[in-house]
Order: sequence, then C-alpha cells, then structure tokens
Amino acid sequence: MLTESPIIKFQNVDKFYGNFQALTDISIEVHPTERMVICGPSGSGKSTLIRCINGLESHNYGKLIVDGVEIFEGSKDIIRLRQEIGMVFQQFNLFPHLTVLENLTIGPIKVRKISKAEADVTARKYLERVHIPEQAEKYPSELSGGQQQRVAIARSLCMESKILLFDEPTSALDPEMINEVLDVMVELAGTGITMVCVTHEMGFARKVADTMVFMDEGRIIEVAPPDKFFSKPESARCKEFLEQILEH
Amino acid sequence: MQSGGSISLKGLPVRQPPAVNRFFSSTPVSLIIYCFIVGVILYSSFTGAQAMGYNWQWYQIPKYIYSFTDNGFQFGELMLGLWTTITLSFTAFVLALAIGFLVAFLRLSGLFIGTKIAICFLEFVRNVPLLVLVYLFYYVLGPVFKYDRYTASILCLAVYHSALISEILRAAINSVAKGQWEAAKSIGMTKMQTYRYIILPQSIRFMLPPMTGEVVHMVKSSAIVSVIAVAELTTLGQNIISDTYMAFEIWFTIALIYMFVIVILSIGASQVERRYTVIN
Ligand SMILES: Nc1ncnc2c1ncn2[C@@H]1O[C@H](COP(=O)(O)OP(=O)(O)O)[C@@H](O)[C@H]1O
Ligand SMILES: [Mg+2]
Repeated sequence: MLTESPIIKFQNVDKFYGNFQALTDISIEVHPTERMVICGPSGSGKSTLIRCINGLESHNYGKLIVDGVEIFEGSKDIIRLRQEIGMVFQQFNLFPHLTVLENLTIGPIKVRKISKAEADVTARKYLERVHIPEQAEKYPSELSGGQQQRVAIARSLCMESKILLFDEPTSALDPEMINEVLDVMVELAGTGITMVCVTHEMGFARKVADTMVFMDEGRIIEVAPPDKFFSKPESARCKEFLEQILEH
Repeated sequence: MQSGGSISLKGLPVRQPPAVNRFFSSTPVSLIIYCFIVGVILYSSFTGAQAMGYNWQWYQIPKYIYSFTDNGFQFGELMLGLWTTITLSFTAFVLALAIGFLVAFLRLSGLFIGTKIAICFLEFVRNVPLLVLVYLFYYVLGPVFKYDRYTASILCLAVYHSALISEILRAAINSVAKGQWEAAKSIGMTKMQTYRYIILPQSIRFMLPPMTGEVVHMVKSSAIVSVIAVAELTTLGQNIISDTYMAFEIWFTIALIYMFVIVILSIGASQVERRYTVIN
C-alpha cells in the first residue's frame, strides 16, 4: 500500500524562529493515502512542522518536497500547491463575514475559477458529508464550535485537495463536541485522502492512523505503526508522554 | 438589628449620589446654567463691541447668503464659498483616500523599500505644519508643475489627510485576526485575493467610524487654504470684511455655517458608527 513514491518528503529540515530552533533535522515521508498522526508535548514543534507542508511557515535548511514540488520561501509554486492541500486549524478560522455556503465556495470560485452553480453543488455535497446541510445559509457566529469546525473541514474538502492537514482540530472544542468532529474525520479517513493530523485524541489515532509520530523539542523521536507505538514505544520520553495523556 | 452574618439587601434603595450632584445634573438646572454661560459670552462680546463703538449691521448679512433679484432666487457669496468648501473637501477626500490606500499597502507590503517610502512620507507629512504644506504646494510646487491655486489646495489637503487616512486603514487592516490570512492562504488565495475577498470586507467596520471623523476634519481644515486665496467660505468672508468692515457679523455667520455643516456631517457619522460598531 505504501509503495508509491512519497507525496510529502522532509529531508533534514531545520526551522528557526530568530535564534530559536523550532525544528531540528526532520526527515520523514508521507505516502499517498497514508494517514499520519503526530503527537508530542506542547511547544515540541508539531504546528511548525505541519505548517511547513503548505508553506505557512518556511524552513531554513534541508529539503521539503510536496506533491513533487520543492518548497522554499518565496516559491511561486506554493500558491498553486496550496490548492492541493486543505488545512483545518485549531481555531477554525472561518470567514465571519461570509455565510457557511460562501465560506465553502469562495475558494473554488475565486481560486479554482469554477462557476458559482457548480461550486454550490459541491459545497452542499460536502456539507452533507459533515452532517450539517441545513446550516448553509447561516453565518459562522451562529454555529456551535463543533459545527464551525465541521464547516472548516468541509471548506478544505471543497478544494478537492489531495492532502488534508489538521492542527489540533478538537483542542478548542467543548468536550461534548469533540466526538462529532472526530466522527467526521474518521469517515474522511476511509475515503483514501492523505491525512496528516496533529492531535492528542489517541482513540482517534488508534482507529485511523497508519503511522504514529512522536515529537519532542523540535525533533522526531519515534515513528511507528499504531499497535507498536502504543504497546511498546522505544523511547522513554514517548512512553512517559503516552502514560500521561492516556491516564485521562 | 444587623446581627446576622448575611444581611438581606432586598428592597433597599441603591445609594444615591449626593444631593448637590443631583441638583446640578438635573435637566432644568443644566439648561439654566448653559443659557447663563452662553448669555454671558454673547453679552460681553456685545458690550465689548459697543465699547469699541462697533456699528452692528446684521441687516446686511442675508444678502450674502441669498437674494431675490429680477433674475429670481440667487445664492449669495457666502453660499458660493460654502459650495467651494464642500466640493474642495470632497475632491480632496477622494484623492486622500486613494493616496491613503496606496501608502497603507506600501507600508504593509513587507517590501523593504515600500515600507521605507511609506514611513518617510508619513513622517514628512506628520511633522510639517499644515500651513507650511499649503505654502509648499502653492509657492514651490505650483510654479514647478504649473498648476493653479485651486489644484494646489486640493493636492495639499489630500496629501495631509492621506497620511491620517493611511494610518486608519493600516490599523483597520491589522485589526482583522491573523488566522484569516492563514485560512485564506491555505485555500490558495493570493495576497491580492485575500485583501479583496477576506481582509478588506472585514476591516470596513473598523475603519468606517474614524473615516467619517476624517470627513469632518477635512471640512474644517479646508479653511486653511484661504491663505492662498482659494475662493472658499473663509476667503470670501475675509473679502467681504475688507470691503465692508463687518468683521463681527461675518465671522459669527461663518462660524455658524461651518458649525451647521459639521453638525450635520457628525450626525451622519454617528449614524454610520452606530450601524457598524456591532460586535459579531
Ligand atoms: N511565530 C513564532 N515566533 C517565535 N517562536 C515561535 C513561533 N511559533 C512557534 N514558536 C515556538 O516554536 C516552538 C514550537 O511551536 P509549535 O510548533 O507551535 O509547537 P506545538 O504546536 O507542538 O505546540 C515553541 O517553543 C514556540 O514557542
Ligand atoms: Mg500547536
């Protein structure tokens, strides 16, 4: 299954914020249709790593290739490449001045230059997919957090991307809304889309992940399939981390 | 009586402000005090004028505002001046808006040279008195680029206000949450598309209230171009006075006209403000 050439490839990537090194010697590959879950303590560089993939942050050293295109600061390809990469943020980041439907169609219409009618059809299809077809005409502020995050997921699906990035999609949600978002993500995982997901929801990770990644202090400490990752992690730090979050 | 631990305050009146404060802030008393102060000012200017032997000629004033001649109704000189003030301010404001956008975008461009140009422009405009700017645009740049005094006044006011407007725009644009940029980028929008479809529509509610204030400010500062004799309200007032020596009547009248126009604009401005300062 993972024999194709990687769709995302980090080779010895370093990233600095001023003098602070946020990523150190990152080398990792994600293959098409692979579902990778990244976890690690706060401040370990998970967001930085995932944001490098669509160029929201740019790395300083090493090589990063996404969908066959090398990514570097100021690259002209990055804007085109972002159309192939959906991203879901912790804080949803919906456009508050647009209705749910407009949030979903503005990318396809303005970026992909698809007709409004066609974009509407696609948008409604994906709203159906995230189980909120009835909210199309509302504004984001009229929705619950869980609903907003599902709209955000639908928005990234509307771009018909090859890759979906999630940066702690459930961390800003009230506990009772976490499952409705995770359920949608589990369903998505079954569609064959490539997923890179930063999350501490280990139940979700067990269910969908092909590969588990543990990060600490800007380094990748452990990469393993989930059964091995959860049953016998190699590093002490990873073990300790898992014990801590699985306690709850 | 108050022996228990918790005292019920149910039914107790809220403590009132002291009686003196209540007396002075009641409507009739405020009104009387207000009339008294206005009366004193009017009376003292009137008696002052009497003492100077000032010859009041209020009856002369209406003809500077409007007249009925054989040709029918006609606006007087002051109204023509007011019209010039309004068109001048309006044109300058539109131009200021354009320059303001340009400067704000230069500043926000992230390009080293763009930022530096914008900052130099802002520092220059902000640190030179408006009066000096007027002279500069008329006596220095005017002959060089061969434009008349009316153009000079428009350019000067536009440049001066564009500096203020660009700061309003920049602040409004920066008030939009950073996540909006990231979300727009992540669906593949270019910088231009992000501004147009995501950032500017959201920043309007931050920029409208101070922007309407700038309109009022523009009308007021337009009076300064009277120093290069552009035929707007203040200049025409000066001209009439040098012909008729009715300094008191004309300046009172002109102040009232400005006030009238600006109060109307301010009411409009506060309406706009009320509509757009909704928290969503
Ligand atoms: N824009 C930034 N400027 C400076 N430091 C940053 C910035 N973003 C993140 N960092 C730092 O980089 C480290 C990694 O951050 P991040 O990738 O957000 O971690 P995580 O998502 O794992 O919590 C943290 O120490 C954080 O303080
Ligand atoms: Mg993070």
